[in-house]
Amino acid sequence: MSDIAERVKKIVVEHLGVEPDKVTENASFMDDLGADSLDTVELVMAFEEEFGVEIPDDAAETILTVGDAIKFLSKTAA
Amino acid sequence: MFDLTGKTALVTGATGGIGAAIARALHRQGATVAVSGTRAEVLQQFAAELGERVHVLPCNLADTAAVEALVPAAEAALGQLDILVNNAGITRDNLFMRMKDEEWDQVIAVNLTAGFRLCRAAVKGMMKRRSGRIIGITSVVGVTGNPGQGNYAAAKAGMIGMSKALAAEVASRGITVNCIAPGFIETAMTDALNDKQREAVLARVPAGRLGTPDDIAAGAVYLASAAGSYITGQTLHINGGMAMV
Repeated sequence: MSDIAERVKKIVVEHLGVEPDKVTENASFMDDLGADSLDTVELVMAFEEEFGVEIPDDAAETILTVGDAIKFLSKTAA
Repeated sequence: MFDLTGKTALVTGATGGIGAAIARALHRQGATVAVSGTRAEVLQQFAAELGERVHVLPCNLADTAAVEALVPAAEAALGQLDILVNNAGITRDNLFMRMKDEEWDQVIAVNLTAGFRLCRAAVKGMMKRRSGRIIGITSVVGVTGNPGQGNYAAAKAGMIGMSKALAAEVASRGITVNCIAPGFIETAMTDALNDKQREAVLARVPAGRLGTPDDIAAGAVYLASAAGSYITGQTLHINGGMAMV
């Protein structure tokens, strides 16, 4: 779990160019981390690549915060 | 200036006059090209003519599953896809009041919907690499209209609008999306005209001649090259002045 969280946070930091301490589990990609809608699509693509999973569009739409991503990937990538 | 060495391109409709000229021109600039079309034998002959750096990917764009498989096949063959040229198109001309649903549906499916699916698939890898070129071959009639071509004009105008929307979405990722709108070009399609029709056509072209496939290919090379990196969401009209928009 913590490993997944670290990997998710690393991707978010790299992709959005934000300070690591801003990437908390409650942080919303769009509201708190300055992502636009295209960034969120790219984040999902990066998660898919990192974890070797496919994230369907309807699931992707529910991933709004860092915590959402960690939760989803903990379930599917486990 | 227009060097494409090391770049890869997929050209649909590469068995047609314009598609073949575009594939040949991109290849001449150094790109590795995947040529697609419905006639596998013609594609093979064309590939043999080009020599190295060519892949043949037959595809019927009226077949949804085949369309979905085309970009992955191109990426597998080419390593990655840098330049997508949506050139394939069909006509099913008829007077508006006589036009069958099937004639409408077929033209929209091949000329517009297939292009949408190919763009959607290609843009994914381009976004990751922060670079890419998408070129749609539309038509002057998509802007001016043309009697007997309600379906074709709608599909070609649709391609222009679609390209603008996509261009706005992905411009920040180093991807450009543009259209080329040919006027009357010397191809099998215009060879079918008789002398009188030909004369009537030429009367509408200030340049006084039909265009050649190479005139269109030159525009494609420009848009595909580094020289075109600040051009996006545009339609390049190559028509000898027959429509000035």
